Amino acid sequence: MTQAQTQSANAGPGLADYNFAYLDEQTKRMIRRAILKAVAIPGYQVPFGSREMPVPYGWGTGGIQITASLIGPNDVFKCIDQGADDTTNAVSIRRFFAKVGGVSTTEHTGDASIIQSRHRIPEKPLVEGQILVFQVPQPEPLRNLEARETETRAMHAYEEYGLQYVKLYENISNFGRIAATAGYPVMVDDRYVMSPSPIPKFDNPKLHNSPALHLFGAGREKRIYAVPPFTKVESLGFEDYPFEVQSWDEVCGLCGAKHSYMDEVVLDDDNNRMFVCSDSDYCAERRAQGHVGPHAGHELSEIADDVSNETQEVMA
Amino acid sequence: MAYVAVKGGERAITNAHNLLAEDRRGDVSIPEIDSEQIREQLSLAVDRVMAEGSCYDRDLAALAVKQSRGDIGEAIFLLRAYRTTLARFGVSEAINTREMRVERRVSAAFKDIPGGQVLGPTFDYTHRLLDFQLMANGETPLDRTELDDEHLPEQLPNIEDVFAHEDLLEHEVAAANENETDPFDLTREPMSFPADRDQRLQSLARGDEGFLLSLAYSTQRGWGGTHPLCGEIRMGDVDVEFIPEELGFPIAIGQITVTECQMISNSRSIGEEPPRYARGYGLTFGHNERKTMSMAIVDRALKNRPAEGEKPEFAAHDEEFVLYHCDNVEASGFVQHLKLPHYVDFQASLQFVRKQREEWAERQAAKEAAE
Repeated sequence: MTQAQTQSANAGPGLADYNFAYLDEQTKRMIRRAILKAVAIPGYQVPFGSREMPVPYGWGTGGIQITASLIGPNDVFKCIDQGADDTTNAVSIRRFFAKVGGVSTTEHTGDASIIQSRHRIPEKPLVEGQILVFQVPQPEPLRNLEARETETRAMHAYEEYGLQYVKLYENISNFGRIAATAGYPVMVDDRYVMSPSPIPKFDNPKLHNSPALHLFGAGREKRIYAVPPFTKVESLGFEDYPFEVQSWDEVCGLCGAKHSYMDEVVLDDDNNRMFVCSDSDYCAERRAQGHVGPHAGHELSEIADDVSNETQEVMA
Repeated sequence: MAYVAVKGGERAITNAHNLLAEDRRGDVSIPEIDSEQIREQLSLAVDRVMAEGSCYDRDLAALAVKQSRGDIGEAIFLLRAYRTTLARFGVSEAINTREMRVERRVSAAFKDIPGGQVLGPTFDYTHRLLDFQLMANGETPLDRTELDDEHLPEQLPNIEDVFAHEDLLEHEVAAANENETDPFDLTREPMSFPADRDQRLQSLARGDEGFLLSLAYSTQRGWGGTHPLCGEIRMGDVDVEFIPEELGFPIAIGQITVTECQMISNSRSIGEEPPRYARGYGLTFGHNERKTMSMAIVDRALKNRPAEGEKPEFAAHDEEFVLYHCDNVEASGFVQHLKLPHYVDFQASLQFVRKQREEWAERQAAKEAAE
């Protein structure tokens, strides 16, 4: 507590009354307990006493509570939304922790000890010791099949996932393929079906046997779950219709990457588009290494650089 | 350009917030509204913010109304976000509404009830005609309210007392563990089902007025009707008592204004018990009859809990539906999070639809070739 109080002195103007990283120490402890349970039972959704946060529900309250309960003065924090560090909500959350914790922040995946993310897993493989915190809108993978929490909890308890497979089968008979494109359900450690949060299915394989710790926080739904390091994570599928990830014919317009997840950018009213890496740090790093794409030098890259410089200035 | 719009920098956010502050202030040639004025003159807005913000503090609620530019949902959110940071000293004794210093009390069940009908400050029976004098002069001269020589009795019996002789009202059964543990605290524990009464009433008391109003209305229109009747509604001040550990006896630590409603509804007999009226209970901070009555009707409707394995027939009977969706801070946040960028998932979905369209075009071409 005394350490926390010393820290709060650095929290910035008007925030001296708040504890280090906003949450009080008892709340952090309660959340850490939930996290420990989640790590002990991979893929199981642990109910926790989610607090009301100063940002709206659905805007990252679960992720923020996990980060707040884990972050310490020596951590380096990175926050991304849609893969990018400079999207408004990511900027806002990064500012929040810089303000209430005075922690150092970074945009480089490799430098971060805690990465909070909405909808993406960074392209650069995570390493041992890193924690990836996901913001989760709906923790229950079966919710769209069964609206009642009392029912879905029982389904998980009895490992009754038939309905889920029937749904996938129906997809195949309707569309010729499994329709889930983001938030594609996975089986964790051969036991629990889990929602990986609305990451594109492109990112699902990154969860499998990853050396990093993955924590999922759903503030509004008051659930925490985890994929511990080196855990088996299998995307659901069938032998004849196996799971497959997205790919693009185009390369990244700025850095020429062939195998990263792409954002589509509408360039004009004439249906001209370009594709760029959704992971802004990955793209910038590649450009710094000298990789060029067909649209290299496009004003977009300048905007991206501008914004990130600006962010760093304010952070400093 | 679209891309720039979603890639917002620090500067854009700061500027947007500055603009918001400017808009909140409005025309600077008009004097700024004081949060004290809001507290005194928009007192029902303040009451609603306190009730759904679940924090009894008129000054902070007034500040929240001012800061939110009168957006009540936003004001409730502001107050909740503040409340969550407060230290908790403990749990107060249950307030005793029999000892309420009543300002208003009416019963629709009896023409006269012991203690009488007390109209108090109410919009009921006003003609809803805009009073242009309020706009022109700023203030309407007040006709002094005539005071009765006779004082109201110290205690007004509530509807339970009125019915007590005949034992006509269902008995509220205390939860098995009620005396052993503190009541459920929705702000500290996640919701669990089936919900006990303390969890349900807490959730409804914080719940959105509009949502509960519509649900209550739906039962009246036949979507799970319980034929409610307003046994009693009362509003006034009650003492809040707390037992400090070092004293061991209760001391009054303040007083709050609350509105309480007891709805009675169609009789039912449970097991071998004689037929009695069922009850629904509503209570909110401040003066808020619309909310309190709605809450009481919904509480009653939720007593129609379906048997194990049965699904409820109507929305208002469905505990998970009502309790999971009545919180406007949760609902508002999640509905509005759709403003956040979703282009990663949208790109994934676009790919899917394009693929479907390609295949559709191939099938069409094949069909045409065959014809």
